[in-house]
Amino acid sequence: MEYNEHKPIYLQNVDLMQEKILRGDWSEEERIPSVREMGAMVGVNPNTIVRSYQLLEAQEVIYNKRGLGYFVKEGAVARIKENVKREFIANELPQFKAKLEMLGITKDELLKLL
Amino acid sequence: MIEIKNLSFAYSGTDVLDNISTAFEQGRVYGLLGANGVGKSTLFKLLCGLLTTKRGKIDIDGYSPADRHPGFLSKIFYIPEDFEGPAVSIKNYASGISSFYSKYDENLLHSLLNDFDIDINRKFTSLSLGQRKRAILSIALAMNTEYLLLDEPTNGLDIPAKAEFRKMVAKAMDDNRTIIISTHQVKDVENLLDHIMILDKRCVLLDSSVADIQQQYSFDVTMQRPADALYCEEGLGGYCSISNNTTDEESRINIELLFNYINSKK
Repeated sequence: MEYNEHKPIYLQNVDLMQEKILRGDWSEEERIPSVREMGAMVGVNPNTIVRSYQLLEAQEVIYNKRGLGYFVKEGAVARIKENVKREFIANELPQFKAKLEMLGITKDELLKLL
Repeated sequence: MIEIKNLSFAYSGTDVLDNISTAFEQGRVYGLLGANGVGKSTLFKLLCGLLTTKRGKIDIDGYSPADRHPGFLSKIFYIPEDFEGPAVSIKNYASGISSFYSKYDENLLHSLLNDFDIDINRKFTSLSLGQRKRAILSIALAMNTEYLLLDEPTNGLDIPAKAEFRKMVAKAMDDNRTIIISTHQVKDVENLLDHIMILDKRCVLLDSSVADIQQQYSFDVTMQRPADALYCEEGLGGYCSISNNTTDEESRINIELLFNYINSKK
């Protein structure tokens, strides 16, 4: 995969993992790849991947079963959607709004496009 | 752990390294950056005992590389930028040197060569530059040494091989290993690095973890020149800048920009 956004790599990996859960590639209560396996999959340093896992664990999206590895937590899909929505409203929406204003696109025009 | 104290080296009177002190810790992948001629390759050769110097000290887990103790040599593998390879097959070469490396994993070599699409029975002399590079990288990883020194490892690799290389190194990394990658092709390896060291002739200009750099600096691309930037370059997408990170948000490191900033400060 290509990493070319402005976000640090561990956060881009968080996005990737969240997408996998939202798409159903990884279902709730299913075991996910280990940190090392994930690193090898995407060609990223395992120490960087650890930060992604820590963040997702803190957000209660995944959890660690001692000796068994990481699993997707029950209710993860709903929590991810909530997080992504919050991020969308905080970061992307204002930029989108500014662009609409700059281009003079009205509410009606936008609604028709949607 | 590699500890370097007041290390100096000169080629027939021309100083390359001048009183350098630093350390490389276990469990990290270092990106060793530096302008042409600051002595990155020389440092590698000193670390593995190919070059020796009386000025300064290198200590690697209690060994001095210059002694070339077998116990030490079995811990370290160095791949120079240009590896010609002898007129023998990859298979014979690997089994020949494997007696020096106690943790050699033959299955791993087969699987790495397979991933790199290289036939183990080919002779080095019949391979292209990129293929030779793939072969020696596979051998280096399969020897399972604690220290791995890679000088411009992605030079000559095609685009898919570069991605394959990143996966291999990420997979090979563990808490007991130290991997040092010297490169100018920063984009090829940046996802692999968790530590960045920028070398200059007379000192180490930067020695920081990627996480610390992200917390200290903020990397931005903006349409207008930012007023409070520490360093700024104008490019196609706008102004690429580095400023002090005053938030708890982190941005992705632009290593080339960081390199230029650090070099401009010296």
